[in-house]
Amino acid sequence: MKVEADRDVCISAGNCVMAASAVFDQDEDGIVVVLVGEVPEGEEDHAREAVKLCPSMALRIAD
Amino acid sequence: MTQAPELPPLHMRRDALDPTPELREIRETSSVRTVVNAFGMQVYLVTRHEDIKDVLSDHERFSNSRPPGFVVPGAPDIPDEEQASARAGNLLGLDPPEHQRLRRMLTGEFTIRRMKRLEPRIAEIVDQHLDAMENAGPPVDLVARFALPIPSLVICELLGVPYDDRDDFQRRSARQLDLSIPIPERLELVRKGREYMALLVGRARRQPGEDILGMLVREHGAELTDDELVGIASLLLLAGHETTSNMLGLGTLALLRHPDQLAAVRDDPAAIGPAIEELLRWLSIVHSAIPRITTTDVEIAGVPIPAGQLVFVSLPSGNRDPDFIDSPEVFDVRRGAPGHLAFGHGVHHCLGAPLARMEMRIAFPALLRRFPTLSLAENFDDVQFRSFHFIYGPKSLKVAW
Repeated sequence: MKVEADRDVCISAGNCVMAASAVFDQDEDGIVVVLVGEVPEGEEDHAREAVKLCPSMALRIAD
Repeated sequence: MTQAPELPPLHMRRDALDPTPELREIRETSSVRTVVNAFGMQVYLVTRHEDIKDVLSDHERFSNSRPPGFVVPGAPDIPDEEQASARAGNLLGLDPPEHQRLRRMLTGEFTIRRMKRLEPRIAEIVDQHLDAMENAGPPVDLVARFALPIPSLVICELLGVPYDDRDDFQRRSARQLDLSIPIPERLELVRKGREYMALLVGRARRQPGEDILGMLVREHGAELTDDELVGIASLLLLAGHETTSNMLGLGTLALLRHPDQLAAVRDDPAAIGPAIEELLRWLSIVHSAIPRITTTDVEIAGVPIPAGQLVFVSLPSGNRDPDFIDSPEVFDVRRGAPGHLAFGHGVHHCLGAPLARMEMRIAFPALLRRFPTLSLAENFDDVQFRSFHFIYGPKSLKVAW
């Protein structure tokens, strides 16, 4: 499973980091950074939750 | 007989800790209904969780800005120039891309990492206020001693506002959002607040400090007008006062009414994270997001809404929608309630959410551990609430231990 983030759409709510800190981080300006190419095993549900919780719909599951 | 004017508009009505059952009735029948807002205008009220998300995530059809000539009944006639100056920098009155331009200047200040760095200082501020409460002895007003001053001092330090000036700006903040106060008087408070902030902006322009105002001047000083700086800082000061403080006050009351859950938050360090989210959901202190205005004819839940109409979304109703969460009326700090709408949704989602969460994460357990026997020192039925206020909470809360 892969996730993609649209950094132009990100509004830095931080919900993704709360939901899946192994997958998402924020840069110095608060903009989302995807930490991993492949979502680690056992983190899929957290990643899905993060995608669902993003208030600006900046995240999506890539495959 | 109680007359209508004594009752706040429907979307603001509450029964102590619960939203008015009328909201539930709307949610169960049509989701959308026309109601009358605080200024006597007919507006569309949206009550279902999914419909609210649709409205808040669609800034093209549901706009935060106001078309030229839009006037609120009872508002004095203000020259265009003065109005433009008063609106500058107000992120909540802007749509993308202008909104994103300003928001991006601030997001670095509210990252989760930055909040972790602030944690020790917030803990120190909380401890100082608990010490003062302990020294004063019971009973004390938790709002005046704890719920208001902690977020107030935190936002002042972050922003670069002298806390010594608090008597003035705390009074202005509280009254500015009290919809029972006539519009001309509230506009005058806004004007005074902006005058005060203009002094601080002038000071920061000359000598930028290590705070948000200083950062804005250093990093974006050339692209921001003084009006914008004043607008941004005024919004942050207001938001820093009127949100977390009500969550701390109302949240403590909610926990005192549910002693087993209070004990969990007090005794189990893992309980506070999910508890904060459930408190946010169940209390939903912001009655409605900033009203949106339709830019075109739209339809929500089958209800047609013409262009140019005000749309209110009821956050307490959306957060108690059974299609969103099971047993929505039940307060259960263990469930965590992800996906609640207490911070809004879409591009205007609360910028300060990570700060609010951090303040609550520190303040609630610290309060309950310092005073393990904390109790209400007045009858629950006697607790007074800010019923006409844009943001809900207790006016005061007498507690003992």
